[in-house]
Amino acid sequence: MAAAGAASGEAAGERPDRSLVLRNLSKEYVRGKPVLRGVSLAFAPSGVTAIIGPSGTGKSTLIRCVNRLVEPTGGEILFLGQDLAKLGGAALRAARRRIGMVFQEYNLVERLSAIENVLCGRLGYVAPWRAWLRKFPREDVDMAFDLLEAVGLADRARQRADALSGGQRQRIGIARALMQRPDLLLADEPTSSLDPKTSVEIMELMSDLCGRRGIPVIVNIHNVELARRFAQRMVGMAQGEVVFDGGPADLRDGHLKQIYGGEAWL
Amino acid sequence: MTAGAPQARAERGRPFPVNWLARAGWIALALYTVYAASLFQLTWARFVEGLENGRHFVARMFPPLFGKWDLLWTGMTESLEIAVISTVLGVALALPVGLLAARNLMPAWISWPARWLIALCRSFHPVIVAILFVKAVGFGALAGIMALVVASIGFIAKLFAEAIEEISLKQVEAVRATGAGFLNVLIMGVQPQVLARFIGFATYQLDSNLRNSTMVGIVGGGGIGATLFTAFQRFDYDYVLTILIAIITLIMIGEVLSGWIRRTFQ
Amino acid sequence: MTAGIAPAGGTLPGPDAPGSAARREWARFTPRQRLMRFAVYLLAVAAFVQSVRSVNVIPEFLQDAPEQVVDLFARMWPVDWNYYPTTVHAALVETLHIATLGTILAVVMAAPVGLMAATNITPWPALRLFAKFILVSSRSVNSLVWALLFVAVFGPGALAGTLAIAFRSVGFVGKLLAEALEEAHKGPVEALTATGAPWTSIVLKAYWPQVQPSFWSIALFRWDINIRESAVLGLVGAGGIGTALDDALNLLYWDQVAMTLLAIFAVVIAAEVFVTWVRSRVI
Repeated sequence: MAAAGAASGEAAGERPDRSLVLRNLSKEYVRGKPVLRGVSLAFAPSGVTAIIGPSGTGKSTLIRCVNRLVEPTGGEILFLGQDLAKLGGAALRAARRRIGMVFQEYNLVERLSAIENVLCGRLGYVAPWRAWLRKFPREDVDMAFDLLEAVGLADRARQRADALSGGQRQRIGIARALMQRPDLLLADEPTSSLDPKTSVEIMELMSDLCGRRGIPVIVNIHNVELARRFAQRMVGMAQGEVVFDGGPADLRDGHLKQIYGGEAWL
Repeated sequence: MTAGAPQARAERGRPFPVNWLARAGWIALALYTVYAASLFQLTWARFVEGLENGRHFVARMFPPLFGKWDLLWTGMTESLEIAVISTVLGVALALPVGLLAARNLMPAWISWPARWLIALCRSFHPVIVAILFVKAVGFGALAGIMALVVASIGFIAKLFAEAIEEISLKQVEAVRATGAGFLNVLIMGVQPQVLARFIGFATYQLDSNLRNSTMVGIVGGGGIGATLFTAFQRFDYDYVLTILIAIITLIMIGEVLSGWIRRTFQ
Repeated sequence: MTAGIAPAGGTLPGPDAPGSAARREWARFTPRQRLMRFAVYLLAVAAFVQSVRSVNVIPEFLQDAPEQVVDLFARMWPVDWNYYPTTVHAALVETLHIATLGTILAVVMAAPVGLMAATNITPWPALRLFAKFILVSSRSVNSLVWALLFVAVFGPGALAGTLAIAFRSVGFVGKLLAEALEEAHKGPVEALTATGAPWTSIVLKAYWPQVQPSFWSIALFRWDINIRESAVLGLVGAGGIGTALDDALNLLYWDQVAMTLLAIFAVVIAAEVFVTWVRSRVI
């Protein structure tokens, strides 16, 4: 355990406060049709939080607002002593470095090798010329190999990303996110493109690796069973608002009906 | 950092194996550039001197001459006429030639000569062909038209033949399966696939002919090229600018027109 | 159902009137589309007819043409093979250098302009417009005209020719490059943005690997075209085989002209073969 903490490069005592607070977060893509209606949530500095709800209800928007891939229309995003909603330029980039993200479509650079994709996680930390000439610091390269081992793809380090399967690509995505040594991991439907067995493996990997490093995870997921199995806290959204907030055991059919509407699928 | 690091590191090897072929290629390219530049005496002094000349040159071009409209008008209209006639004739002649060159429709002893004819038409710059025609049929628009007809055949027949060769036989089969006669098969199975592309080629060639029709005059093929060349030789650089503006305007109008035609036949 | 023209793939013109038994028609093209297509045909025919009527072609020359052409080819045979080692070879090599160096220069200049013109890379419309203007201007001016300009500035010779080729090619390469960049997948770009990478790193690591094959393909394509273009620049004094051709033409040595033309033809074919080979092996 101590080795794992040391591997992430910081002593346990130096760890910053990793809680995330959203205050009154709102987003309108079209004027008058808000996708997020003043959402306020406080996330604990560790553990997995699953956000569930039907498509179009603002789950993905919520996640993407945190690292400003989507611009919120209003509200505050308090993380690491800053309001992320107000940052711009270099400050925003510095904040983004501390937040890792895993995507539904993996979003790897297809023509690059697995190891190079993982090393891309350090792009926020290395100078562009270093990235161009592939002269990453030795410790970054070592960490990349370590992460590839941790996700079980050490033997495929030099293979091109487009030669890998979906599940393997998502593992690379996770490794890339962890390369940032983040204080928070966001996952936007990480398993939606994967088969059931691989989905479970990916969720296991994420919660395991992040749990050991003490990184809180916020997952946007539509498979309720998967969410129940791996999350310590579940947040249900419907029409841009939080309608449920509690542990997996507290989630009853009534809540699900409120979130998803209709009973035929239960 | 990690346990057993030196040994593990040795086993992992380099993250980015050196691509010797690519590296050699880049070095060769760099060496060639330096070599060729030296051949042309691309010295810095010459470049600076050229910039000086360039500045004087540009100064003499501004403002453009507002006069000699008759000369400009006759030249431009003649170029336009050359472009239109040669495109229509070229397209008309390119159709049978392209058909003859299609290997999936014609036996080898027909398609091979046709392909060589097309290659011959394409190999020479229209200006060179114009020179030959000027010597053969005298100065004037006729030589220019014939030269551009040759260029058009070279371009359109080649692409037309390729388009025919690429026809998806499945669509033809599907139409045939409905019991359609040969002509209907042609109209419904073949034509829709090639027509849109064909319009694309034809409009591209129109633009190309428009550009070249302004040039064949330099060697006696009619159009504004002769006026332009004379202006250069007389050092009437302000008139040169006027002509250039007229040419560029015509070409841009041509491009807009082509875009519109292409969209109409989408 | 009215029998429109039978072809497949049409559009239903207009919605049915709700509730009423409207006649359901199907025609391949909407009335507006039909009008537009008719307009194009009309324009084409009108332009052609008008051009034929007003163009200055002396009918006698036209009748004479076949005989003149035959006479020309007769004068070209036998080909003067001696012309090759003395003059043509050196000029040909110079032409190749002009084309290659010009293409390299063009690619180097076009890369930043292409980046500037791509909608997904440059967020400021004014800059994009400026870049597009550069690209369009470069394309609209023929390489011969560029050659004339550069000969006037730098004096006759291969330097003018190289710059002419370079400046003309920037528009071509830059436009295709911008299109390739705009077609790149946005996913990896989004992912690298989320890691906090600066703009330069995102371009280098997310865009460049994606457009790399297109980039080389475009450069090769333009090089092929430039070989043809370089051959004529000598006619206006910008170096290369055009000068040899010009000399032979002025002296009416048709057998030498034939030699030059054969040499040009051989080089163009060789270049095409080379390009096809590179395309299949490397890209």
